[in-house]
Amino acid sequence: MAPTHDVLLVGGGGAGLRAAIAIAETNPRLRVAVVSKVYPMRSHTVSAEGGAAGVARSDDSFDEHAYDTISGGDWMSDQDAVEAFVTEAPQELLRLEHWGCPWSREPDGRVAVRPFGGMKKMRTWFAADKTGFHLLHTLFQTSLKYTSVVRYDEWFVTKLLVDDGRVQGVVAIELMSGKVEAITASAVIICTGGCGRVFPFTTNANIKNGDGMALAYRAGAPLKDMEFVQYHPTGLPFTGILITEAARAEGGLLINKDGYRYLQDYNLGKPEPKPVFRSMELGPRDRLSQAFMQEVAKGRTIDTPYGPVVHLDLRHLGKKIITTKLPLVRELCLKYEALDPITDLIPVRPVVHYMMGGVHTDMNGATPLEGLYAAGEAACVSINGANRLGSNSLTELLVFGARAGRAAADYASTAKDSTPAVVAQAKDEQRRLDRDFLRKEGGHERLATLRVEMQKTMETSAGIYRTGDALARGVDQLRSLQDRMCTVSLDDRSRTFNTERIAALEFAFMLDVAEAIATSALRREESRGAHQRTDFPARDDERFLAHSLAHRDADGSCRIEYTPVTITRWPPAERVYGR
Amino acid sequence: MGDKITLQVTRYRPEEESSATVQEYEVPCPKDWVVLDGLNYIKDRLDGSLTYRWSCRMGICGSCGMTVNGEPKLTCETFLSEYGHGPVKVEPLRNFPVIRDLVVEIGDFMRKLVSVKPWIIRNKEKLLSDGEYLQTPDELDEYKQFGMCINCMLCYSACPIYGLEPGFIGPAAIALAQRYNLDSRDEGSAERLEVLSEHDGIWGCTFVGECTEVCPKHVDPAGAIQRYKLTAALDNLKSFVIPKSAR
Repeated sequence: MAPTHDVLLVGGGGAGLRAAIAIAETNPRLRVAVVSKVYPMRSHTVSAEGGAAGVARSDDSFDEHAYDTISGGDWMSDQDAVEAFVTEAPQELLRLEHWGCPWSREPDGRVAVRPFGGMKKMRTWFAADKTGFHLLHTLFQTSLKYTSVVRYDEWFVTKLLVDDGRVQGVVAIELMSGKVEAITASAVIICTGGCGRVFPFTTNANIKNGDGMALAYRAGAPLKDMEFVQYHPTGLPFTGILITEAARAEGGLLINKDGYRYLQDYNLGKPEPKPVFRSMELGPRDRLSQAFMQEVAKGRTIDTPYGPVVHLDLRHLGKKIITTKLPLVRELCLKYEALDPITDLIPVRPVVHYMMGGVHTDMNGATPLEGLYAAGEAACVSINGANRLGSNSLTELLVFGARAGRAAADYASTAKDSTPAVVAQAKDEQRRLDRDFLRKEGGHERLATLRVEMQKTMETSAGIYRTGDALARGVDQLRSLQDRMCTVSLDDRSRTFNTERIAALEFAFMLDVAEAIATSALRREESRGAHQRTDFPARDDERFLAHSLAHRDADGSCRIEYTPVTITRWPPAERVYGR
Repeated sequence: MGDKITLQVTRYRPEEESSATVQEYEVPCPKDWVVLDGLNYIKDRLDGSLTYRWSCRMGICGSCGMTVNGEPKLTCETFLSEYGHGPVKVEPLRNFPVIRDLVVEIGDFMRKLVSVKPWIIRNKEKLLSDGEYLQTPDELDEYKQFGMCINCMLCYSACPIYGLEPGFIGPAAIALAQRYNLDSRDEGSAERLEVLSEHDGIWGCTFVGECTEVCPKHVDPAGAIQRYKLTAALDNLKSFVIPKSAR
């Protein structure tokens, strides 16, 4: 039987839409499907603020962008992938320009660039501080002109169909009707983004549940480097809303309760009045978030009902810079904190922001499972290593979204028919989705209770600083939450737009992903980038200059293997900032 | 957490009932809680079957538009404290078919959006190797505000014309058409004009201006529509005076 689609994308955010366009341009005859649990323009790419990195000026070079990325990632990045990334970055950003992205401009009409954390040169392209919003809407609106791309808006994928050693499509619920269908395809690309919602305090939208990571993991594809979780140093307390790094790139300062620029105490350079590349407030995110924790320990932070904070000071930038370059920062502060950054200090604290890890892929987005590809935050190529630099992720989803799209298009052009077994698999899945959710009997625990327990467990065991003991306890608690899933009592029995069933499925995905994070973190007995073990405070290249691969065993448990990091021209060295 | 407020939420469960009902819930109302926090409290603690959309909770994804005390609002940025002691009435957005509870069907907008060709149209595309299209900050400012639309549907919900005449292409789609028309890189305004000059296009609007008033992103769709009407009228006039081939 011929599959319904040639390439099916799970997720319609930046990576998915870029992949869809790449496929449509590679071969207009291929039938592309974008299956997304939200309308594509609601995808979380929309929340990205600061910008997208790509060499743009004659004083810059690919090698410098590569070095910043590799040292920023504490040498865990695959350097061949980074080289491809930095080389293709400018043309991808330029392509967006041709598609209408409203990049901010220099007076002479050229695209403007700004500095960013961990970057030695100005190379971050930006659309004020709503870069993700503009990038997503540009991609979405551009995708509308390709008639070979069909969309399944508000369809939630519950399972990958795998038979004959290859992925052959998905099973998905249409939210509006509640109907469950098999959607077959020669190739599937996972573009579902991250999983910040496994933690209690995150910049991530409610939809960021690691769906695609869990789908791949359950289907037999490993998750790579899941222990590397990025805390962004500047989130608003309570809401976790992101205050972009661009605020510091424009000259914003981080000060503690004494008004002191505390970063100078953490080997990040000396305080200068103007921003200095790779120094102080423009240091990498992992180091800044760790410095915050040290300040808490020293009692030099400010206590609030929502935990300790430090202050981000933008006042000296003045009204013009703030309203033209950082309008969203001001809008968010006015709305959610009832303060004006032109005259007031902004309270901030580290907040879970990004997964360096994800579905294990090669440079073309291919996973070890035939027919399955991944791109964007859901994937781990890896260019980000142990810590991603700000403004590399939007570019990453373009470069590797396009690469995965082209590779999947090539594969799909030669792929075989779907096998009868997937029909039976889809029937089984249909029954499961009825039996375990709509017709679920008994139970006494609320879903939200378990979700909060999972989130607390992750914060306690897999936060900014970790120990083997806490992680081992965390893994146990996550296992017991898996068991308690069956004790959940569900209120919603209807098929029409049943968001409770979706939330329960998302929670199950999150538990799998959380276990992969905690287990990978437990096994990595060293400190590197965003993974800091107080019981193993040093980096250990001898044992751990390797990517972790989390496999799901038949009994549901998580098994860790390692694969080497690719080093081309930049041998592991000390990470140096501020000097 | 001492204070509580009553939310009067419109429920509609098509599998169980033929028309909507109202259900009351008491929720806490700390000063930094928005209406969406109240709904999440209900869903998590009181009634898991309450149905609504939300995602970013920072006013940028456009998912959580609802009618709050009669006005279209993004519930993630509408504070409970704005409503004193309550009660707060939460209904689905108006002018759309309701799928369930607070979830409305927006397929009509999605089709209209495509019809205005919201992408850069060029007679001849520039090669990547030739670099960027130069665009000065002033040229960017020409269209930028119309590009701020988050497709949240508040303007359609507020638009009296769309309510009466569902064929009307509507504020957001017209603003987005104008966003591309005014972009110095675009050459597609004539193509878009054909779609928009039809009866269901811009002429449907009587310039009531509610769309601009409710827009959470200050896009000013009403301004876009008026500007467009002028262009269309001039174009129409030209068609009498100058043959099309010469324009």
